[in-house]
Amino acid sequence: MKLWKLCAVALLVAAGAANAEGRLSVYHWFEYIPQELLDKFAEEHDVEITMDTYDSNEAMLASLKAGALGSYDVAVPGDYMVQIMAESGLLDSIAEGELANLGNVEEQWMDVPFDPGRQHSIPYQWGSTSFSVNTDVYGGDINTTSIIFDPPEELRGKINVLDSQGEVILLANLHLGIPQCSTDRDQLRQLDELLQSAKQHWASFGSDIAKDVLVSGDAAAGMIYNGFSAKARMEGAPIKYAYPREGIIVWMDNVVLLKDAPNRANALKFMDFLLEPENIAAVTNFARYSPGVMGVTDMLDEELRTAPESVPPADAPAGTFIAVCDEETQSVYDAIWTRLKK
Amino acid sequence: MAGIGGKSGESASSAFAPIRAWLIAPTWLMIGFFLVVPVGTMLVYSFLTKEFRGGVIWEFSLAAYDRFIFDRGLFGDEPPKLELTYITIFARSIVQAAIATALCLIIGFPTAFYIATRPVSTRAIWLFLVTVPYWVNLLVRTVSMKFLVRESGPLNTFLQWTGVISEPLQIINTDFAVQLGLFYSYLPFMVLPIYASVERYDFALSEAAADLYAGKWTILRKVLLPTVKPGIIAGCILVFVPSLGAFLAPDLLGGAKNFMIGSLIEEQFKGNAGNWPFGAAASMILLSMVLIVLLFYARRQSVRAGA
Repeated sequence: MKLWKLCAVALLVAAGAANAEGRLSVYHWFEYIPQELLDKFAEEHDVEITMDTYDSNEAMLASLKAGALGSYDVAVPGDYMVQIMAESGLLDSIAEGELANLGNVEEQWMDVPFDPGRQHSIPYQWGSTSFSVNTDVYGGDINTTSIIFDPPEELRGKINVLDSQGEVILLANLHLGIPQCSTDRDQLRQLDELLQSAKQHWASFGSDIAKDVLVSGDAAAGMIYNGFSAKARMEGAPIKYAYPREGIIVWMDNVVLLKDAPNRANALKFMDFLLEPENIAAVTNFARYSPGVMGVTDMLDEELRTAPESVPPADAPAGTFIAVCDEETQSVYDAIWTRLKK
Repeated sequence: MAGIGGKSGESASSAFAPIRAWLIAPTWLMIGFFLVVPVGTMLVYSFLTKEFRGGVIWEFSLAAYDRFIFDRGLFGDEPPKLELTYITIFARSIVQAAIATALCLIIGFPTAFYIATRPVSTRAIWLFLVTVPYWVNLLVRTVSMKFLVRESGPLNTFLQWTGVISEPLQIINTDFAVQLGLFYSYLPFMVLPIYASVERYDFALSEAAADLYAGKWTILRKVLLPTVKPGIIAGCILVFVPSLGAFLAPDLLGGAKNFMIGSLIEEQFKGNAGNWPFGAAASMILLSMVLIVLLFYARRQSVRAGA
């Protein structure tokens, strides 16, 4: 009897060890990857996946800095956050040849400003950020950032802006034609004055609610991510996504290899997996943004391929990534943001 | 009843006397781990140097408190003036919390009184009804409140239908919406303690006062209120303190246009700013304010008890 028990325990331990060999620990945004895709990877590679989620780049950074580094293999930071994480020494480098599918990445996303040469990251999804306007309320020209910063009478007091310093300040910079991270004091004062004077026209600050306020009619115009705006339109909001001529914000989420990853080999397998057109197409069909991988277009939903939010008009301006500023400029931005919301 | 309860309590406590320290140990451990350690960490962090983009450098610094008190201009090199930004934010939160507490008291006291004066058999049902909405998550309740008061929501539709108003009331994204949200979130914290004290109130005292020619208002002011005051104060504290740090209602109902204490602190840890020492310092200042108010109250109570 005793021997039998001992054998059982030994078996259990062995089984546990066998499982432990194939593990992958993912730190991801909430609701950003279909469960079926995770299951598919788990099955193909006999790997047990655990996933924790976060709701902002900054929350993820704070958690990694507060001691979570070493417990995750991959994370999915936005563009500027990749650079910040690399500069803070939180990322591992991918050596040449370690990713078999790296060649699938679209040319324009290989040499990106936030990770030149893709040393630490691969593209996950990308999209743009501008604003959408309820065309029942306002019928005029919407392709200008004045809609947000110097709105027409009909939209005043009915505008939602994203509760996110980076996006609001970049859009204001584009409106004024000021370069990002400018250290010129007159330009920074101008930026401060613009935001102070525009605030009276804004009804609310909110990122998670950006879609709902447009659908419910609480807001007649609102800063929003393109995929989110498409969802709002499909839910019945009579809105149009703007491509302002002053410029549009572009963003990209990326899968990064974290430093001290406990399962580095599986992390690389996972990244290769997400570079397969078929797999990343599943993510895009789920999240409604755009992939950064070649040969995906045919696998996307018809609606997504033709959505005005994903297919910019020919005369749309080039997108601008949020730049990573040095401490001096960033602390002025922080001060401007606090003054805006005091 | 009370006498019997007291006696049995005493004999029980002497029976447990030899192992009393062990029985109390879990309480002390809880307080130690979940109160002293986090607050201590916060206190230490508030005196450290901030690391760019979150984190701290282990060097003593008063910069966090300096930032709270002195305004050195947008670029940080002007001669220091008194900083009003954070005082404004704190004052706004205090006013919001105070109004929410007042609303809770105005509605909560009669409610509690009504429940406590029902026959014993039905009281449980009334209490049950008060707590039913609170089985639902706070976030869900706050969002529902938003649906109710929005421009095209049921409240406005109804009022317009009755002809009371012709234009929809602008409630959403105002301070009033925040107060309404806080009031709705914390009402039971007011009702339950007041109910507990009114239930123990001996109505023979009211009758005695009436026999001595005291009017209704006099009885309320001089007999009932002083007797149930501990319940009222407990209720006010239970509503005021969480309201002070709330950020769900201000964000969802108030439109997050202005920082409240809660969202200001959150921004220091989760926002771009990433100034942990300043977030810790703001938390310490908030904590100290609340502690001072509570100590003041406790002291007054003990002075009264002593006299």
